[in-house]
Amino acid sequence: MADPTTTPGWAQIGYLVAAVCFILALRGLAAPRTSRIGNLVGAAGAVLAVALTFAAVRPAHLLPILVAIALGAAVGAVAARRVVMTAMPQLVALFNGVGGASAALVALLELGGFADAGVGVRIAVAFTVLVGAVSFAGSLVTFGKLQDWVPGRPIVVPHTRLVYGGVLGATLAAAVTTVVLGSVVFGIVLAVLSLGVGVLLVLPVGGADVPIVVSLLNAFTGLSVAASGYLLGNALLLVAGTLVGAAGTLLTRLMAQAMGRSVTTILFGGLAGPSTQG
Amino acid sequence: MTEGVALLTVFVLSAFTGYEVISKVSTTLHTPLMSGANAIHGIILIGAILVTGRARDTVELWVGLVAVFLATLNLVGGFVVTDRMLEMFRARTPARTPARTPRRHG
Repeated sequence: MADPTTTPGWAQIGYLVAAVCFILALRGLAAPRTSRIGNLVGAAGAVLAVALTFAAVRPAHLLPILVAIALGAAVGAVAARRVVMTAMPQLVALFNGVGGASAALVALLELGGFADAGVGVRIAVAFTVLVGAVSFAGSLVTFGKLQDWVPGRPIVVPHTRLVYGGVLGATLAAAVTTVVLGSVVFGIVLAVLSLGVGVLLVLPVGGADVPIVVSLLNAFTGLSVAASGYLLGNALLLVAGTLVGAAGTLLTRLMAQAMGRSVTTILFGGLAGPSTQG
Repeated sequence: MTEGVALLTVFVLSAFTGYEVISKVSTTLHTPLMSGANAIHGIILIGAILVTGRARDTVELWVGLVAVFLATLNLVGGFVVTDRMLEMFRARTPARTPARTPRRHG
């Protein structure tokens, strides 16, 4: 855990304000009258938090960081403005995926920066890398399915049990090794294997169920951001990630209910047999 | 209270808050809510800024900058696309009113 005393008190208070903005944003978004203002409150909280981070930490490499932010903001805003209405779900899936990838990269960098990371931090690193990479790869597949680049029908790989068992076993082994050795190399191996898990998780999902899986992966990214908050000792990342993880999990269940489906059937139905195709 | 326990407390309370705060969401708002929540986790940007600011060599710097770029994409794109979705919701509501009026008179 990074030393939290490096964040001055006034910045921590500011982070608290940003966290409250995020709670109000979710509450606002959940009701028709307040949804638009809720979204704006969330954006304001994010701007506040980022500005505070620059003011409080005064990071090195300031210029390259600002350039990367300017590029990301330009590409994100233009894509979000220009996208046609029907393509919005896949754009959300894509944004969700890159957020997961970012969390995984942050965790890998933090692992490299700790010579003597405690076991708690290493577990948080392994968790962030695993869940972030699963979310990234899974989101790319949902993007492909929604965009009709990947067939919408459930895709079941041959030798299902062998492939899934092998990949899951190897991923678990890589996660344990990362925790035990605290080595960046195994962290990278874990990331690559987790990408495979993400792909295998989403391929068997039928086209109509894909939006629900986007919501589930959204909750996953939230949890990986929460874990990165723990390993960086940053309370705002912890709160924001956990809020999204919890809200996203409930939302996934509500969306599945609205369609008369269960989350388990959606994820694993395609593997069990052809009865749930569609 | 040790720091680990403090963070665990924050985690548990945030989980309940996140669950309760959206428990009454209406079905029509499922997609914008998902999109808005998606934007919020883009705040991983501050984590990306923190680790990039500490980069000790070129590789770490470039990996960090990629993380900053991707997080900003998530954060900015997420809020903008959510706003557009909600804009469409509002645009649809007044459009209904003129459609109803002639029917009532006819």
